[in-house]
Amino acid sequence: MLDIKNLHGGIDGKEILRGVNLHVNPGEVHAIMGPNGSGKSTLANVLAGRPGYQVTAGSVTYEGKDLLAMKPEDRAREGIFLAMQYPVEIPGVNNIYFLKAALNAVRKQQGLEELDAMEFLQLAREKMKLVDLDESFMNRGVNEGFSGGEKKRNEIFQMAVLDPKLAILDETDSGLDIDALKIVANGVNTLASERHSVVVITHYQRLLTFLVPDFVHVLVDGRIEKSGGKELALELEQKGYEWIEQEVAAAR
Amino acid sequence: MSTTIEQLANQEYKYGFVTDIEADTAPPGLNEDIVRLISTKKGEPEWMLEWRLKALRHWFTMKEPTWPNVHYPPIDYQAIRYYSAPKQKKTLNSLDEVDPELRRTFEKLGISLEEQKRMSGVAVDAVFDSVSVATTFQAELAKLGIIFCSFSDAVKNHPELVKKYLGSVVPYTDNFFATLNSAVFTDGSFCYIPKGVRCPMELSTYFRINTAGTGQFERTLIIADEGAYVSYLEGCTAPMRDENQLHAAVVELVSLEGATIKYSTVQNWYPGDKEGRGGIFNFVTKRGKAFANAKVSWTQVETGSAITWKYPSCILQGDNSIGEFYSVALCNNYQQADTGTKMIHIGKNTRSTIVSKGISAGHGQNTYRGAVKIMKSAEGARNYSQCDSLLLGDKCGAHTFPYIEVRNSTAVMEHEASTSKIGEDQLFYCQQRGISPEDAVSMIVNGFCRTVFRELPMEFAVEAQKLLGVSLEGSVG
Repeated sequence: MLDIKNLHGGIDGKEILRGVNLHVNPGEVHAIMGPNGSGKSTLANVLAGRPGYQVTAGSVTYEGKDLLAMKPEDRAREGIFLAMQYPVEIPGVNNIYFLKAALNAVRKQQGLEELDAMEFLQLAREKMKLVDLDESFMNRGVNEGFSGGEKKRNEIFQMAVLDPKLAILDETDSGLDIDALKIVANGVNTLASERHSVVVITHYQRLLTFLVPDFVHVLVDGRIEKSGGKELALELEQKGYEWIEQEVAAAR
Repeated sequence: MSTTIEQLANQEYKYGFVTDIEADTAPPGLNEDIVRLISTKKGEPEWMLEWRLKALRHWFTMKEPTWPNVHYPPIDYQAIRYYSAPKQKKTLNSLDEVDPELRRTFEKLGISLEEQKRMSGVAVDAVFDSVSVATTFQAELAKLGIIFCSFSDAVKNHPELVKKYLGSVVPYTDNFFATLNSAVFTDGSFCYIPKGVRCPMELSTYFRINTAGTGQFERTLIIADEGAYVSYLEGCTAPMRDENQLHAAVVELVSLEGATIKYSTVQNWYPGDKEGRGGIFNFVTKRGKAFANAKVSWTQVETGSAITWKYPSCILQGDNSIGEFYSVALCNNYQQADTGTKMIHIGKNTRSTIVSKGISAGHGQNTYRGAVKIMKSAEGARNYSQCDSLLLGDKCGAHTFPYIEVRNSTAVMEHEASTSKIGEDQLFYCQQRGISPEDAVSMIVNGFCRTVFRELPMEFAVEAQKLLGVSLEGSVG
C-alpha cells in the first residue's frame, strides 16, 4: 500500500533523507528506529506533507497514487494519519467538534454519509474507553491545557475515531509512563488487527514490548541501513546504534 | 497558509448598493441655521433646539482629538451634509405602506421586516439614513408599558423622559464627536422599560447609511427602570462608497437600581477597498451608567469601517453594580481600529469584566485601549481584564494600551494579555486531520473569539460567526 523509493529530502534546503526505501503492506506494523538526527521525524513529516519540508528526489506511491503530489488534507482524507510528536493546542476550538469535522471530511472523501451529532457522540464515547480518556475531554479546547501524556492519548483517540488505513506514529511513546504506553500500544494493535498498516517511529525498544512489530528498520544518516524482525529491536536495545554506524562506515 | 488568509481578507463586501430614492438633503456645512433646519424638519420643541444649539456653540470651541492610534486625512466638517431624509408623504400605519424601494433595500440586506416579525420575535426599528420609516411590535410592547420608538417620536411623545435622561450619561460637552452628535443628531432609537418589567424579546435596530456624502448621527437612549431587564441588538451594514463617510453616534444607557441592560452590536460597515480607499469613519461614544445592584453589559463584534474609534464604557455609580465588555474587532486590508472600554468604579463592591479579542489581517492595525479607574469611594472593587490579539500574516499589527488608575487600596485588579499568530503548526494539524485550510482558519479564529460569541444572543452569534467566515461551533457536546 505504501511504497517509498530512493526518497531524498529535508528541511530548509538541508538534505536529511538520503535515499530511503520502504515497502509497507496492508496489516503490517513497521518500526523505524535510529539515533537522534537520523531523519525519522523528517520521514514522517514528508509523508504527511508538512509545509517547509522538501522532496528533492525519489517517489512515494500510496495505494497506486503519487502521494507527494497530494495536499496534506487530501492525504489525510485518503486514510493517512500522523500522530504528532508535539500536538499543538488550538484554544477555544472544542475537541469533539474538531474531531467531528475531521471525521466527516474523511467520510465525505470516501463516499460515506456524514455522521450527525448523536451518531458521532456514540462513536466517540466507544473509542474514548479504548484510550481511557475522561468524557470531560470532549468539551475542552483541542489539546488546550493538556498534559504531555494527555496530548499523546488524545492523538491515539483521534486515530481510533478516524480509523486510518495507514497510521504513522512519530515518537508517540516519548514522555509516557508505562500505563499510557500500554494504552497507546493497545490502540495501535486494534488498528493493525483490522489489517490497517502502522509505521511506528521510536527511540526506544520499550513501546515494542507491547506493540510487536512485523519489521524493524534502522535509519542512520538518512538511509535505512538495516532491517529485520522484532528481535532486531532487542539487539539495538542492548548494543545501541553504534555498531550499525560502524558497519555503514566500513562498507563505504 | 498565505493563500487562505488572502482569500479571507479579499472577500468582497456583499452589501454594496445604493438605493435610488429622492432624498431631502440639507446644503453642506455646519452652522446654527443648519441646526435650526434639522430641528424644524423634525418638528422639535424649543427645549430640544436649545440643547442642540448649546452643543453646537460648545463644539466650535473644541479640537478634534489626535491621541487615537489611527491615521486619516483631515475631515472638512463644513463639506458634510448634516441632514438627509427619504421623502415620506405621511405617517405609516403598517409595513405595506413603506416605499417598495425601501423595502427591497431591506430585503437585499436580508432583514425582511415581516420575516423578522413572524419568525424571530424581534422588534425592529429600522433606521434608513436619518429618519425612522418602520417601527414594529410597538403595540405588543406597549402592553407591558415598554416604549420602543424612534428618538424623534420620543422627543414628541415622551419629552419628560428625554429631558430627564438625555445627556445624563454622555453630556453634550463630553468629547468632540459626542458634542457634534448632540448638535446635529438626526434620529435613533429610544427605549424605556418600566419598573420590574423584563422585556420579553430582543429589541433590535438596523442602521444603514445611504445618501452620498451624508454623515449619519444616531442618538440612542435606553432606560431600564428599577429592576427591569432589556437586551438590545444593533446590527449594521452600509453600501459601498468611494468617499469616506463620517459616522458619529452616541449611545446612552441608564440602568437604574437593580436593572440590567445588555447591549450587543454587530458592525459591518464598508471598510474601504483592498487599497484602503473609501470606507466609513466610525467615531462613536457609547456609555452606560449603572446604579445600585444594576448591570450594564456591552458585547460588540466589529468587522467593518475604515477607521473605528469606539470605547463602550460603564460608569459603576451604585454599590454592587456590574460592568461588562466583550469585544471582537477584526481589521483587514487597511482598516484601523482603536477600540476598548472604560470602567469607572465609583460605588462599593463594584465589579467589571473586560474581554477583548483583536484580529488583524492584511495591513490591518488593531489597537486595544482600555481604562480601569477605581475611585476613592469604590471600596472592594474588582476588575478582570483579558486582551488577546491574533495576527494573520506578517504585515498587520496589534497594539495594547491598558490604563489602570487605582485610588482605593482594597481594589483587586487582574490583567491578562496575549498575542498569537495563527501558526503553520495549527494549520497543518487541522489539515493532517482532513480539514481544509479555509475551514481551519475559520475554526481557529472562531475558537479565539469563543468567549465573546458566547455572550451574544443566539441569532446574533450566528451572524457574527458568518461575518468572520466561520461555521457554527459547538453543535456537539
